[in-house]
Amino acid sequence: MAKVHVSTSVNGQHTEFLCEPNESLLDVLRENLQLTGTKEGCATGDCGACSVTIDGTLVCSCLVLGVEIAGKEVGTIEGIAKGDVLHPIQQKFLEHAALQCGVCTPGLIVATKSLLDSNPKPTEEEIRYYLAGNLCRCTGYDKIVRAVQDAAQTMRGKRA
Amino acid sequence: MSEARQFNAIGRRVIRPDGVDKVTGRAAFGADYTLPGTIYGKVLRSPHAHARIVSIDTKKASRMPGVLAIVTGADFPKVGSEEITGGEGAGDYKDLATNVMARDRVLYHGHAVAAVAATSVAEADAALAAIKVRYEKLRPVMDIDTAMADDAVVIDEQLFTSGLPEKPSKPSNVATVMELKRGDVEAGFAAADIVLEGTYRTPTVHQGYIEPHACLATINQGGQATVWASTQGHFDVRSGAAKVLGMKVSDIKVIPTEIGGGFGGKTTIYVEPVAILLSRRSGRPVKMTMTREEVFRASGPASATKCVIKIGAKNDGTLTAMSAWLAYEAGAFKGSSMAPGAMCVFAPYKVDNFLIRGFDVLVNKPKVAAYRAPGAPQSMYACESLLDELAGKLGMDPIDLRLKNAVEEGCQAAYGPKFNAIGFRECLEAAKRHPNYSVPLGPDEGRGVAAGFWFNAGMQSSAEIHINEDGTVTVIEGNPDIGGSRASMAMMAAEELGVPYERVRVQIADTESAGYTNTTGGSRVTFATGMAVIQAARDIIGQCKQRAASTWGIDGDMVDWADGKAIPKPGVNADVKPLTLANIASNAARTGGPLLGRASLNARGAGPGFSVNFADVRVDRETGKLDVLRFTAIQDVGKAIHPSYVEGQLQGGAAQGIGWALNEEYVYNKDGVMENAGFLDYRIPVASDLPMIDTQMIEVPNPSHPYGVRGVGETPIVAPLAAIANASCAATGVRIRDLPLSPPRVLAALEHAAS
Repeated sequence: MAKVHVSTSVNGQHTEFLCEPNESLLDVLRENLQLTGTKEGCATGDCGACSVTIDGTLVCSCLVLGVEIAGKEVGTIEGIAKGDVLHPIQQKFLEHAALQCGVCTPGLIVATKSLLDSNPKPTEEEIRYYLAGNLCRCTGYDKIVRAVQDAAQTMRGKRA
Repeated sequence: MSEARQFNAIGRRVIRPDGVDKVTGRAAFGADYTLPGTIYGKVLRSPHAHARIVSIDTKKASRMPGVLAIVTGADFPKVGSEEITGGEGAGDYKDLATNVMARDRVLYHGHAVAAVAATSVAEADAALAAIKVRYEKLRPVMDIDTAMADDAVVIDEQLFTSGLPEKPSKPSNVATVMELKRGDVEAGFAAADIVLEGTYRTPTVHQGYIEPHACLATINQGGQATVWASTQGHFDVRSGAAKVLGMKVSDIKVIPTEIGGGFGGKTTIYVEPVAILLSRRSGRPVKMTMTREEVFRASGPASATKCVIKIGAKNDGTLTAMSAWLAYEAGAFKGSSMAPGAMCVFAPYKVDNFLIRGFDVLVNKPKVAAYRAPGAPQSMYACESLLDELAGKLGMDPIDLRLKNAVEEGCQAAYGPKFNAIGFRECLEAAKRHPNYSVPLGPDEGRGVAAGFWFNAGMQSSAEIHINEDGTVTVIEGNPDIGGSRASMAMMAAEELGVPYERVRVQIADTESAGYTNTTGGSRVTFATGMAVIQAARDIIGQCKQRAASTWGIDGDMVDWADGKAIPKPGVNADVKPLTLANIASNAARTGGPLLGRASLNARGAGPGFSVNFADVRVDRETGKLDVLRFTAIQDVGKAIHPSYVEGQLQGGAAQGIGWALNEEYVYNKDGVMENAGFLDYRIPVASDLPMIDTQMIEVPNPSHPYGVRGVGETPIVAPLAAIANASCAATGVRIRDLPLSPPRVLAALEHAAS
């Protein structure tokens, strides 16, 4: 198959790459663009480790083709912190010990940001259902949910 | 051990040293490493559960575009039988080699048959499809009853049951029989007022780590290999790969990557030797990652079991006799976790008469691997369930029944040794007092209690401490950080040296840069490697005292170390200023050279871990679905170095145990093919399945550790299975003895009970 030229934006940076028409966005990010913060846990859309946003919508990058992001804005874990300042969600994950092995963490942080961007004051139930597509095998989710609640509060304080 | 000791660094909830890298995506896991020129290895796997390999034709595949190497079992050296020691699971190197690549037969669906390295994954996959393998199918043996039947198909004709008084005349699927006993079990049952018996089954389940197995290997023309691997024990990757490939240990360097979960499943090797061999054949670095489907089909899950428990008791709840018949599936090669399962089953209880018989049974499933307290959840699920029935029959509170029989310091454990200081009674008493234990229950809701136990391990560890020229501290050790251990190592070094935690960094070093260290398993790291770090720090302190003494012109034994400074001992007549670690380090060139502390040890006296869990569940009588409303995990943790990460172990173990109890199982069809090899159909708990998991840490210090540490990581998965099952019984009124308590099974049981 001939490779396809794709022009897009990743974390606000204009980006161009060549990819096979059947190559997933996950593989494009990890292999072509060396953005390995996005993880592969299943490649079937069941674990959420590869969560990214496309034009603000949360997706599993393993279920999207690389060619589909032409002209769109992709957000990955590498774009969450601003310069040398962590995003409040990242800070709260650290403070609450909301990670153990850390491999699901990039996807969970991307998903949490997507949640809090659209719902600044989620209930515990809303948090649990929004993050139900992001598997974590280490924590039992307790500290993750608490970190998200605390991050939401901090972000609301910053907006006020 | 001084119980009055006041701690400065440990016991705080500090931010882990590797945390920033892990929340920003910088942390590099197994699949994140690539070298210039890297190519990709993929494995062809058996489509049959049991078959003879008649022929393998790789000619067409070898001419496919991008293909640079193909290997089959014939390309691997013959490996002799030799027991694997030091790892967390039992096994034999000959079997390990045959599991890495099948030779004349395939023994489970997913068994590796050939491997290809090509310039892309797509090309490698295309080449796999072009390899022609002719199989002669054999009847698969898929469960314990079939495997142990008199007329069973024998999976390994060379396997004769060990552990019997005499070598049997015929080969068998039972690899090992083990027996533990005390007193007169028949007399004990005869003396009982009540005797209960139950048969319990647990399915094959997977650890479910989110990161699939991954490695990158490169080998030069001189035969020296470097491997980046996601593993719990890189020294075991080195020894295993050396055996499987017939290489010298010194010719393999293994660099541990960050590890995305393991829970015991990454204590052995699968793709690593294959990647080395493909690299040798192709002259290129070879990266291999398993797909999720391969992880389910071809890595090591936990044993399915059949356990028969019998308990005799007096009317006041005193246990008079206990017996257990425990069969554990090993998978295609001997070496299940039957032995620890047998040793744990009655460990929490004082009973004068018991008989435990264990069976390690081959079936045509992947060879099992360790899974968090390997063996204990299954046997203790059975025992703790039957104890719940006993409490019900006696009209006793289930905690009171356990308190009546609980082991304490000085008791001889069912598995042999006398218990040192342990906290089982404290956990039971805490459970009884816990506010969650008296929350009123609604209709269709039930509460269940269970106890958990795990030995915890010590084993070999090494550590080095380097004092940098500004007085900051570098700790070098050899246990991959699977859940925050860099933080606990840094905290212990800071505590001992008397310096702030923020001045300590921890490096997980490769097999050529760290002293030999056993795997990250057995809940041993904070205990044993922590002890090595503390000893290395004491080595530094001893050197610092000598350096201060020589600076001051007094004897070394006239110097004390306090709050991170060398000071003259009280009464020593020396008019000198205290010397900090930074003072001594900056002056090291003039006092004898760099400050390097080290320790290597084989840690003894790992304090066992006891837990008590209770759960509230609600049953939906229309669907059979069970919802967990509350879960409370109470555990004796010795001394919590980092309380948040200790709580995290309790919570994570609870979640895995809840998944084991409610949903998780390998579903096989009649041909021995696993039908749910993905996270959609093998459903591990998601955030919306669980409530907050309440924890209570009991701290009964382990007298064998300077700070009282006992392992905490594995015990948490043991009690949840029975706690959930007992709660389910209380909610539904029906006792289901086979796990998982999935909606169809619960619904069928409810309908059966109603009819």
